[in-house]
Amino acid sequence: MRTTDLTRTGTRQGKNNKPAAKPMLVKRAKAALNIETPTPSARPVTLSFEYAPSLESADIVKLKPRYGLYIDGKMVEPSSGRYFPTVNPATEAVLTEIAEATEKDVDRAVQAARKAYEKVWSKLSGRERGRYLFRIARIIQERAREFAVLETLDNGKPIRESRDIDIPLVAAHFFYHAGWADKLQDAFPGREISSLGVVGQVIPWNFPLLMAAWKIAPALACGNTVVLKPAETTPLTALLLTEVFEEAGLPPGVVNIVTGAGATGAALVSHPDVDKVAFTGSTEVGKEILEATAKTNKKLTLELGGKSAHIVFEDAALDQAVEGVVNGIYFNQGHVCCAGSRLLLEESIAETFIEKLKKRIDKIRVGNPLDKNTDIGAINSKREFEKIQRLVALGKEEGGEFYEPAGTVLPAKGYFHKPCFFANVSSSFTLSRIEIFGPVLTISTFRTPQEAIMKANDTSYGLAAGIWSEKGSKIQKVASALKAGVIWANTYNKFDPSAPFGGYFESGFGREGGRHGLLPYLEEK
Amino acid sequence: MRSITVRGPEGRLLPILVPPVDEVGAQERADFFTKRSIKKESKLQALYLAIRMCDLTTLEGADTPGKVLQLCAKAKSPVPPSLFAAFAEKKKLEPIPSVAAVCVYPSMVKVAADVLRGTGIHIASVATAFPSGQAPLSTKLDDTRFAVEQGADEIDMVINRGAFLSGRYQEVFDEIRAVKEACGPAHLKVILETGELGSLDKIRLAAEIAMEAGADFIKTSTGKIQPAATLPVTLVMLQSIADFYRRTGKKIGMKPAGGIRTAKQAIQYLCMVNETLGPEWLTPDLFRFGASALLNDLLKQIFKEATGRYYYEKAFSLD
Repeated sequence: MRTTDLTRTGTRQGKNNKPAAKPMLVKRAKAALNIETPTPSARPVTLSFEYAPSLESADIVKLKPRYGLYIDGKMVEPSSGRYFPTVNPATEAVLTEIAEATEKDVDRAVQAARKAYEKVWSKLSGRERGRYLFRIARIIQERAREFAVLETLDNGKPIRESRDIDIPLVAAHFFYHAGWADKLQDAFPGREISSLGVVGQVIPWNFPLLMAAWKIAPALACGNTVVLKPAETTPLTALLLTEVFEEAGLPPGVVNIVTGAGATGAALVSHPDVDKVAFTGSTEVGKEILEATAKTNKKLTLELGGKSAHIVFEDAALDQAVEGVVNGIYFNQGHVCCAGSRLLLEESIAETFIEKLKKRIDKIRVGNPLDKNTDIGAINSKREFEKIQRLVALGKEEGGEFYEPAGTVLPAKGYFHKPCFFANVSSSFTLSRIEIFGPVLTISTFRTPQEAIMKANDTSYGLAAGIWSEKGSKIQKVASALKAGVIWANTYNKFDPSAPFGGYFESGFGREGGRHGLLPYLEEK
Repeated sequence: MRSITVRGPEGRLLPILVPPVDEVGAQERADFFTKRSIKKESKLQALYLAIRMCDLTTLEGADTPGKVLQLCAKAKSPVPPSLFAAFAEKKKLEPIPSVAAVCVYPSMVKVAADVLRGTGIHIASVATAFPSGQAPLSTKLDDTRFAVEQGADEIDMVINRGAFLSGRYQEVFDEIRAVKEACGPAHLKVILETGELGSLDKIRLAAEIAMEAGADFIKTSTGKIQPAATLPVTLVMLQSIADFYRRTGKKIGMKPAGGIRTAKQAIQYLCMVNETLGPEWLTPDLFRFGASALLNDLLKQIFKEATGRYYYEKAFSLD
């Protein structure tokens, strides 16, 4: 009785939210008998059509009052005895408390991973490792709704995205790498390969569980053991993932999870017994890690920031390009390292395109991330929220035409930001140069494909780019001239475990996903 | 951007710009509207609105005055008001409205017109050698004039797909203009028969030609060809309407027809209209559903909202 359930949920929301829709016209039954011949004037000319809140129930998630560290297959207390809160950015309410791992805890975790590597994991055949990964993938699928709701609570992203994008991709990554586990030799024919040992992984808050999957799945498939540090604002889904490991019977110590902030991450990446470091996060921290690992024997991959160009030519399918641009920058509140944050429009269509874009973002629904009709949820943390506000204010000072939907009403509590853009922006403006990591787009124009290429490459980053044109040869030519790790044509922000992902320059190095993504976790002899 | 040129009124050259359509992107955007979750008051509002937008249709070779009279009675009052009042009392629901129009063959127009006069329900008639359109223009115009004389105030014409697919756009354009003229005061809905056009690019082109030639509404299908109305096709037509409105300030209506059988589907279409053209298009003057089975599903859902229970299908009359 699915419908009945939803109705019940709806009733409860009705009390907590402003009435989104006018109640149906109230008329007594007596009057109802006189409607047999309605006159045209009695018909309403237009009807407003507001979407009532349709909340996903959070009941499926059972949070503990506090969480320890996952070391050697057990939840343990941090040696410091210190815990820090994790907050629901949509309500600013504390969800639960998380252990703060010290250098000592990190050392315990690395030791557990080393022991598991030597005693168990490195001795298993690829097929046996693959079986665990398949099992993990299937359990994630079974518990998909729980993961999606928890991701939305901890991160602030809309439930539609965690449900339809994040969690299915998480399962897909485990499935994909499960398949590789017994075919590694086929992936690199003629070369002798072996696992590395203990891998230290530090991941960001924008796709908490997906980034964990990107990191853990290839590491395990290639025969390594893992110590993972989730971001301090979004550790919950990684901690829930430990239940999946238990259910799948993964041997203790194969994956260890240590929570904490920058200091914990620093302890992990500089631990002498870590053979490989994988980091996804800000360019600033990436540079520190590069320094910290420089004089060691550690392998390193860095997936850092971006300021990706989204080029729309006049021969593009404009209505679909508008959707692509919206998806490129407003997906996941703009917290996407490969977000198409610099829109480059061919001058001949710029005016039309911007007009269409304005109409489109007027319709974007910002609000409660648990509402199934929400398109943009909450900014993950107060810090990020304030940073975006600061940069928008700076953008207004620098110039450029600012636009945000006037009719969009933000919830009173929580960190919400309207989707917005700056048109007529110069390449020399701050907003064109630095990564904002929020729902803020900059728009500038070009006249020729050469100019588009030049402007697209005019950045210190090189993570991704998008090209919109109905002319295949033009797409090929432009794509080959762009210095970016991922280039989408007539689409944007599409991810698949079989497609390598990674950047150039300040966007980092190394690839994740696909055959290329296996290499950083293997030793080639 | 593709452009064709046709000769318009007084021999003036009229360029028609046709932006390309990306099929994958259009499909993806259309799928998005199936994810909208419309519940409670908004669902009820949408259900009532959808009834008001129905063109209740019977287009069978076997149509008789008796069948059409049945349809007209249902159009006026989809459920007996007294019966509904008893159900609706607790939730204080608005009475069930009449539908927007009945849609019949020209030979049945008079039957419908006689019983619907003064009800505010429009009488739509298919014309122009529906559904194939394979007849001389003079026959098509006679067909149209006959339907209008009999009392139709809306004409649903089919475009000349043969001419369209062989690239004779001028002929398609001229035919629509001629039929529009033959309509006199009646509103003209132009059926593109999208299931026969082969691509969204062609659908977009046909929509542009129809609007430039004077269509008041553009309509997807006759209902005789599969696929009939789909979300991506409707999306592309709505986007054509949006662009036309931006260029000319003229609001063209949209009618998806065929294949919309459930309230759930209808609500997806309404969300699409709402988010593509805006709420000002959410009126029977600018949006219609060409359907027959849809009405009973809308009623079923309204009864469910009123009582919390699904009603046995036999609770609603067949027509």
